[in-house]
Amino acid sequence: MFLKELTEASGVSGNEKEVRDFIKEALEGYVDEIKVDRIGNLIVHKKASNPSGKTLMIAAHMDEIGLLVKDIDSSGLIKFIPVGGVDKRILVSKAVTVGDKKLPGVIGAKPIHLQKKNEWSKVLDIDDLYIDIGASSKEDAEKHVSIGDYVAFDTEYDEIGDGIIKAKALDDRVGCSILLDILRSDIDADIYGAFTVMEEVGLVGAGPAAYQIKPDVAIVLEGTICFETDELDSHQMPTKLGEGPAISLIDRTTVYNRDLRDEIVSIAEANNIPYQYRKTAMGGNDSGKIHISGTGCATAGISVPTRYIHSPLSVISRADYYNTYRLVLSLIEELKKGAI
Amino acid sequence: MDFNVDLLHKLVSVYGPSGDESLISATIRQEISEYVDEINTDALGNLIARKKGSGKKIMVSAHMDQIGFIVTDVDKEGFLRFGNVGGISPDISLSQKVIFKNGTVGAIFSEPIEKSSERKLENMYIDIGAKNKEEAEKLVNLGDMCIYYSPFANNDNVIFTPYLDDRAGCFVAIEALKRLSDTDNDIYFVFSVQEEVGLRGARTAAYGIEPDYGIAVDVTAHGDTPKAKRFAIGLHKGAAIKVKDNSIITHPSVRNALIEIAKERDIPYQLEVLEFGGTDSGAIHVTKAGVPSGVISIPTRYVHSTVEMASKEDIENSITLLVAYLTMKH
Repeated sequence: MFLKELTEASGVSGNEKEVRDFIKEALEGYVDEIKVDRIGNLIVHKKASNPSGKTLMIAAHMDEIGLLVKDIDSSGLIKFIPVGGVDKRILVSKAVTVGDKKLPGVIGAKPIHLQKKNEWSKVLDIDDLYIDIGASSKEDAEKHVSIGDYVAFDTEYDEIGDGIIKAKALDDRVGCSILLDILRSDIDADIYGAFTVMEEVGLVGAGPAAYQIKPDVAIVLEGTICFETDELDSHQMPTKLGEGPAISLIDRTTVYNRDLRDEIVSIAEANNIPYQYRKTAMGGNDSGKIHISGTGCATAGISVPTRYIHSPLSVISRADYYNTYRLVLSLIEELKKGAI
Repeated sequence: MDFNVDLLHKLVSVYGPSGDESLISATIRQEISEYVDEINTDALGNLIARKKGSGKKIMVSAHMDQIGFIVTDVDKEGFLRFGNVGGISPDISLSQKVIFKNGTVGAIFSEPIEKSSERKLENMYIDIGAKNKEEAEKLVNLGDMCIYYSPFANNDNVIFTPYLDDRAGCFVAIEALKRLSDTDNDIYFVFSVQEEVGLRGARTAAYGIEPDYGIAVDVTAHGDTPKAKRFAIGLHKGAAIKVKDNSIITHPSVRNALIEIAKERDIPYQLEVLEFGGTDSGAIHVTKAGVPSGVISIPTRYVHSTVEMASKEDIENSITLLVAYLTMKH
């Protein structure tokens, strides 16, 4: 598990280099081919001693949501835009890092004392927020920051409770970490691993990756929405923490292949691996581009339930991580036998 | 007019929501296999039938998938919650019957909602008459899909039934395939999957076929009912030749060829400028280096409802137009 290193690295969509470099180094000696394609995807090939006919692709996206510098005020405060699905309600007063040098900053806004009563009930718009890096003026700020610099949340990896991980960017560093573990394992199977770019801004990297790999079967590893409180009916809780990998049924980008999905369920049951279905039709992931690339392929979505996704602090369970890893390994073994 | 109403009735009655088209695919395969030279199913499930020729490669696409519902939860009392598969409207779905692949029938209803305009699919449920969760789960599992279950009806003028979209297009393609006279054209009839969720099947089929021309056959909307939004398409006025929708501006060479041949053969037609929607040609025409593509549309009232209504004459004219286009020299 490389979640500390992977989540503390920053990789806002389009700027995945730090994450990619880490993964590349961690895979040195464990895979047979490794390349960075023209759009930035890291594509690796782990060869089997006895390759079977089917081409298997496993994808996880390296990028995370974040912010991008759009202008600098005369006072040295930084204006920004969101990159990917940023919930503007969670931005105020968060710690961030700006640019490649990871300059520390804080997202600021008008203090409560100066707000009029009607402002209290309103969500602060992104235009009402700015990033303060402690600069004294525009000139001072420009020594460190330029328009177009990326901004990531500044969050240290930590563990809480009993086997619960809190970190930023678990969507989808959790997928990257599981894929890394699989590629570094001693499994003797033919696997193309695709660490994709720019998923959060429209599944940009996955299409070109699939176009190059031409998979017959693809597995997309994700961190997915998890929300569960007493007030909710059962159908309003897409996944539950600690209840195992979430298997996708349908989302806005894919109707997941039924035969493959049923096979995954029977593998989970045969190996006593807990699982759950991802009980919503909302959202989307790299599968959307992969399954319609070329002449098409069967895809599965397997996700680690992730609370507070798309925020500076998301939460997963170690048990879910481990069970997802086990399920994918078992699935690869079955695929190898030609069972699917 | 020798209208094979039994075949159309059969086609609209077979289960096949987007992503689970195996039953309708088997039905169509059986219907056409003796008329074609090759027949295959690709990775996504598209049924691809070929009538070989040495001339231009033409891909005809009619989608065999249907809009429907996917079960995302079974509650303690045995009620099912669902997500939409394609363009499902809460208004239309309320109080409809639905049927699952295994024949289980359910009714769609809603939690009490004060304003009906605020009703959303997430407030609605499917009641299969189960007494509790355990009983429900014997019949239906998470991820199972169901479709509208409503009777087929017809009179001298029209058909009304759910799923003319796009089994009427499949019907037109099948009948055209059967009536094709000798031609050099190399014709691929694709019965595509997953059109209703984003033209997904046609994309991979076209990628594999690499056609010179693409023709989708699908239903379109109408503008000929009380206070309908202005749209110059109506029932009994002929096959519709599409100019534009939200997925494609049809290629002038294909559009004009359809118009010319319709004029030449006295086939009634109307021109369609649709301000929303899309069909398989939208995916076909941007495949690889691009494919000049057009659409023959069947004017249909109440699309995506359980009473989709189309004219027998229009359907017949669509078949005649498609046969004429496929047999002409390209």
